[in-house]
Amino acid sequence: MKILVCLSNVPDTTTKIKFSEGSSSIDTTGIQWVINPWDELSLTRALELKDDPANGIKSVTVAHVGPVSSEPTIRKALAIGADDAVRINAESPDAYYVAAQLAEVIKKEQFDIILCGIESSDYNGSMVGGMISEFLEIPSISAVSGIKIESGNPVITREIDGGKEIVTVPVPFVAIVQKGISKEPRIAAMRGIMLARTKPVKVFEPVTVEPLTQIVVFEKPAPRSACRYVDAENPAQLIDLLQNEAKVI
Amino acid sequence: MSVLVYTENWDGKFKKISFELVSYASEVAKMLNTTVTALSIGKIDETELKKLGNYGSQKIISVFNDLVETLDNQVYTNIISEVSIREKASVIIISNNNTGKALAPRLSVRLKAGVGSCVSKLPLNINPFTVYKKTYSGNAFAHLVIKSDVRIITLAQNSFNLIETENNAVIEKADVTVNSSFVKTKVTDVKKQTGKILLTDADIVVSGGRGMKSPDNWTHLVELAEALGAATACSRPVSDEGWRPHEEHTGQTGKIIAPNLYIAVGISGATQHLAGVSGSKYIVAINSDKDAPIFEAAQYGIVGDALKVLPKLVSAVKEMKK
Ligand SMILES: Cc1cc2nc3c(=O)[nH]c(=O)nc-3n(C[C@H](O)[C@H](O)[C@H](O)COP(=O)(O)OP(=O)(O)OC[C@H]3O[C@@H](n4cnc5c(N)ncnc54)[C@H](O)[C@@H]3O)c2cc1C
Repeated sequence: MKILVCLSNVPDTTTKIKFSEGSSSIDTTGIQWVINPWDELSLTRALELKDDPANGIKSVTVAHVGPVSSEPTIRKALAIGADDAVRINAESPDAYYVAAQLAEVIKKEQFDIILCGIESSDYNGSMVGGMISEFLEIPSISAVSGIKIESGNPVITREIDGGKEIVTVPVPFVAIVQKGISKEPRIAAMRGIMLARTKPVKVFEPVTVEPLTQIVVFEKPAPRSACRYVDAENPAQLIDLLQNEAKVI
Repeated sequence: MSVLVYTENWDGKFKKISFELVSYASEVAKMLNTTVTALSIGKIDETELKKLGNYGSQKIISVFNDLVETLDNQVYTNIISEVSIREKASVIIISNNNTGKALAPRLSVRLKAGVGSCVSKLPLNINPFTVYKKTYSGNAFAHLVIKSDVRIITLAQNSFNLIETENNAVIEKADVTVNSSFVKTKVTDVKKQTGKILLTDADIVVSGGRGMKSPDNWTHLVELAEALGAATACSRPVSDEGWRPHEEHTGQTGKIIAPNLYIAVGISGATQHLAGVSGSKYIVAINSDKDAPIFEAAQYGIVGDALKVLPKLVSAVKEMKK
C-alpha cells in the first residue's frame, strides 16, 4: 500500500499575527514557517505504520501545494522520513483550489491511504481532506484519532460525541486526522537531513481551477474588556459577579 | 430559492446547537427574502422534529432508512445534496462540529459551492455574499466572499442566540434512495460514555493546568464542576502527563470549545491553549502569578493559590444554590 500525507505550512503557532497594508493579507515578514501540527502528526503515524513490515506499506509520499519558497517545508518532511514528495507549483487561493490540485496528482500517482489534518492552524478551514475525497469519489472518514492495519486492512478509530467508533473501509480512502493519531511528532535526525537532499521531489504545474472563495479583509478580534480582579480571600464575590453581572451561572 | 439547514440529531434528540442553527438559518433567510427548510437524517419522532419550527423553520424534511444509522460521509452527502437541489437551496447551513466538518467539504465539491467555515456572525453582506470567519485560531477574523451561486456556511458552536418564533412548520417524510452497495464504511464497534456532561456541549467548563500540581488535587476542581453543572477540561501537559483523560485536552491540538463560561485554574494561557477556548463568552482565571497571560484573556480573575481558592469557591457555589 502507498500512503500520501498532505502537508500545509503555517506560521509557527506562537506567531503574533500582523496584517499588511489594507489588511487583505497577513504580513509575512519575520514569520517562521512550520509544518501544520496535524500534518506533522499524520506523517509520523504514516512512518510508524511503514516501520512495521507486517503492515505492507511500500512508501510514504508527501504532497504540498505551494511555490518554490515552500520547498524547505517539503525537505523537512523528507528529513523526518518520507520517501518522496510532490509539489504543485502554485499559491493556494482557497481550499477548493488546493484540494482540486491534490486530487489531480492522486489520480496520476495512485495512493491507497490519503492522510489530511483536520485543519490548518492558519485558515482553520477543515476542508481540504473532505474535498479531495469528493473530487475522487472515494470514501472519507473524519475525526480520525487512530489508524492501524490488521491483516492487510485499514482499521480506523473515529471520535464521536462522548466516545469512539471503530470503522473499516476499503482502500483507497481519505482519513482526516486529529488528536490521538500519534503522540509526539517525529523529528529529523542528522542522517535524515543528509538523505533528504537527494530524495526525489516531483514538481507539477497546477491545473486550471476557479477558486470559490476569496478573503477580502482581515480584522483583529474585538478586544475583551479588562480583567476584573476579585480578592483571593473572598471568592464568594466572584460567584456573585458571575451570577448577577455576567449572568452565566 | 431557500435556505437549507442540516440539523443533526443524537439518538433521536436535538440539542441546543440544532436550534442555534435553525435560528441562524432563519435570520439568513430573512436577509435573502426566502424561507428555511430544515433537514433531519436518522430515526426521530414527530414531536422532536416539530421543535425545529419554534425557531423559524417553515418546512422540515425527515429522511430515514436503515443505511443512515451510522455516518457514512458519502451517503449523507448524497442525501443532503439531493434535498438541497430539490429545495433550490442557495445557502446550506451546517454546524462546525465533527459532522459538519466531515460533510461540508464533500457537499462543496458535489454542488460546486464555496464554503465559509467556522463562521460566527450573520453574513456581512449578501451581494457579494460575505461571511465573517475565524482564522489563525482566533487571532484574526476574515471577511470571506463566497463567489458561487450556492454557498455553504459552517456555524461555530455557541456563536448565535436562539430566536423563538411562531411555529407553522410542515413536516415531510422524504425518500432518498440509498443503494446499499454504495455504503463503503462499516462501523464495527462503538464505545460511548453516558451520563456525563460532554465537554463540547457544556455551557460551563472548569479546566485545570499544570498549576494544579498533582492529579490528587483535582478533587476540589471536580467538586466545583459538579456544583456548577459544568464539564471538566485540562491543558495539554496535564493530559500528556496522564493526570487527566485525553478527551479533556483543550486547545489548538485538542478540543475547541466555546462555552458561556470557562474557568481556567492554574493555566498560564499559552496561545495554543487559548486557540481552543477563545470563543468562550466569559473566561475566569485563577492563577498565583499575577503576570500570567491568561489574565489578558479573562474578564474575571483571582490572583492566588488554586488549592486554597477552589474549596472556598465550592462553598460559595453551594451557598448560592441553596
Ligand atoms: C504545536 C503546539 C501545540 C500545542 N497545543 C496545545 C493545546 O492544544 N493545548 C494546550 O493547553 N497546550 C498546547 N500546547 C502547549 C502550550 O504551549 C503550553 O505549554 C501549555 O498550554 C501550558 O499548560 P499549562 O498552562 O497547564 O502549564 P504552565 O504553562 O506550566 O502553567 C501553569 C500555570 O499555573 C500557575 N500556577 C502554579 N502554581 C499555582 C497554584 N498553586 N495556584 C494557581 N496557579 C498556579 C502558574 O503561574 C502558571 O501560569 C501546544 C504547544 C505547541 C508547540
